Amino acid sequence: MEIRIDNLTKKFGDVVGVEDLTLHIDDGEFVAFLGPSGCGKTTTLLTLAGIYKPTEGFIRFGDRVINTVQPKDRNIGMVFQSYALYPHMTIFQNIAYPLKLKKVPKNAQNEQVRQVANVMGIGDLLDRRPGQLSGGQQQRVALGRALVKEPDVLLFDEPLSNLDARLRLTMRGEIKHLQKNLGITSIYVTHDQVEAMTMADRIAVMNRGHLQAFDAPDELYDRPKTRFVAGFVGNPPMNFVDVEVSRSNGRFIAETDSIRLALGAERGSAPAGHDGAVVMGIRPEDIQIDADGDVRGEIFVVEPLGREDLIDVRIGSHSFILLADTERQHQAGERVSLKFDMSQAQFFDPRTERSLLWKQ
Amino acid sequence: MSEPNSKAKSSAALVQSRRNALRSYLGAYGFMAPAGVLVIIFFLIPVAIVLYLSVTNLASSNFTSDLARMEFIGLKNYETLLNDQFARKIFFNTIFYVLVTLSIFNVSLALVVSLLTTHIDRSAGFVFRALWILPRITSPVVYILIWKRMMAEAPFGILNQFNELLGQPTYNYVSTNPWVFVVVVNGFIGVSFGMIIFTSAIESIPKDLLNASLVDGSSRMQRIRFVILPLIRWPLLFVVTYQTLSLLTSFEEILLLTDGGPGLYRTEVWSLTAFHRALSNYFGNAQWGYGSAFAVLLVLIGVVLAVIYMRVFRFDELIAEPRVEAL
Ligand SMILES: Nc1ncnc2c1ncn2[C@@H]1O[C@H](COP(=O)(O)OP(=O)(O)O)[C@@H](O)[C@H]1O
Ligand SMILES: [Mg+2]
Repeated sequence: MEIRIDNLTKKFGDVVGVEDLTLHIDDGEFVAFLGPSGCGKTTTLLTLAGIYKPTEGFIRFGDRVINTVQPKDRNIGMVFQSYALYPHMTIFQNIAYPLKLKKVPKNAQNEQVRQVANVMGIGDLLDRRPGQLSGGQQQRVALGRALVKEPDVLLFDEPLSNLDARLRLTMRGEIKHLQKNLGITSIYVTHDQVEAMTMADRIAVMNRGHLQAFDAPDELYDRPKTRFVAGFVGNPPMNFVDVEVSRSNGRFIAETDSIRLALGAERGSAPAGHDGAVVMGIRPEDIQIDADGDVRGEIFVVEPLGREDLIDVRIGSHSFILLADTERQHQAGERVSLKFDMSQAQFFDPRTERSLLWKQ
Repeated sequence: MSEPNSKAKSSAALVQSRRNALRSYLGAYGFMAPAGVLVIIFFLIPVAIVLYLSVTNLASSNFTSDLARMEFIGLKNYETLLNDQFARKIFFNTIFYVLVTLSIFNVSLALVVSLLTTHIDRSAGFVFRALWILPRITSPVVYILIWKRMMAEAPFGILNQFNELLGQPTYNYVSTNPWVFVVVVNGFIGVSFGMIIFTSAIESIPKDLLNASLVDGSSRMQRIRFVILPLIRWPLLFVVTYQTLSLLTSFEEILLLTDGGPGLYRTEVWSLTAFHRALSNYFGNAQWGYGSAFAVLLVLIGVVLAVIYMRVFRFDELIAEPRVEAL
């Protein structure tokens, strides 16, 4: 089912949930809504589900405008962070509930519930109650309940946030696998950028009720169109520093009081044309500790992550996060030289926070 | 050398820990004492006295405040009561009154009001609920007088004044339909209790659950039937039980409205009889012993009903321990 959201606004009195959101989702696509807490992800999802009525704008499923269609007539499956299983019903009854409401005959219900339960690996729990299940099991039941009615659209609202890290990893894979197999158009809300990056075909990044970007994961990562997107996508996050970019005899230079970096024309010409200081962004993996480096600094903290060390290097008043091989055994206080891969640097207008390199 | 030493140490520790246990035990009773004393003085002792009075023939004619000098007559009061030609009528009156008021007003209407006011705008819902609380917070005497004044015979009653104004015949509402009057007037008072309990129960159902039900395909009515009502089963049990008992024992509104009339015991209920017999006999003879027998039977009926409700609503299942198993 193709979903077209046009100029959607949802307000609660004066409080803006989401504003002027336009988003077209293809049939069978897996889209993630990514953004910090309170940015309007849940509001958008519940408006799609029909729980909230849009204040303005249109939502279309296929060609049908569904603004005022009741939730029950939208054929949607939804999975909640809190699982939202009915505590007074057995697992069987929970999964069968959408079928019962559709007046599916009893034996067909029985068959479909068992089939879904087996796919979800909860076939032996059917006569228990939700309170007797672990979090992971409950989330499988919730997924089963969403899938059993063969929905046109699947909505997920931070479904894995309440699970432990290991379980989150397995469920992540399972959900993605299921979605690809079934080909159901899905919207997956999360504040965890790793989840969004690994699962989604495209990611809608939101902040304070506004859409910041809507792109494929690698596109967001390599060509972030706003400073917010650049800072939100990627872990550890991108380093930002205010620089002046200038052009002197055919070469481009980005400099601050303590740093001076040369860069190529493809990254340098746009910020050089900008009046005054710009914000430069550089990802941790694009900075190396290298004896040949042209910037010198001092290690402030070393945080071992196991596979690598997260190192905070201070250069004058600036701080840069970077990743280094654990075998080098860097110590706090050590003086090091840094090499910046300036072919990966990003530049943003400090006022509008828009990228100077990638046009929206 | 170190062996006996450590043993002595551990037994000293044991004594110490026993002392601590005893201290916390006494502490717990200390904290419960004030409530305990109140319960004993104002509940257990009066119940015991009433029980005792019900096996004596104490009345205004042989009054004494000395428990030892009261005349013990065994179960004679109960025997009289069972053979009392009006006791049967009063018993069924009571069942009728409690069942009808409870089912129509205290539970059903309370449920309807709380469901309606939780499905509309929050502040509008609040206003409507506040209106329903008025009968409860108005002093019973004032409240009953308002009703009596409205329903009184022509030319005093307000309704009848309207009837006259419109050229309609006038009615004597109270004496033609005393039960409607009694049930409605008591019912309006009874709605607020259930309404408050049900409303808070409905509002404490997690929003996600309610949303999930709609997304799963239920209409709002189906959501009430399949999700909301089952989830407020426990408050429902509580309201039914509590209101049964409170209806069984309340008599002041009926006393003020009809005083059990019109005619002989038309709207007399059990607790009102206990009051009439023991404290306000028509013939000027207060039969404390006999009245107590009525009161004791009322308590018995209340206890039996409470036990039945617990069974019907499967109370044990509500408090069963979950069997959790990790994935
Ligand atoms: N039912 C509501 N009533 C009033 N304000 C709400 C309601 N739901 C959400 N909001 C507000 O809308 C904004 C977006 O909330 P939400 O969509 O829940 O964010 P997210 O799911 O991204 O954390 C927040 O400022 C929140 O306080
Ligand atoms: Mg949310």
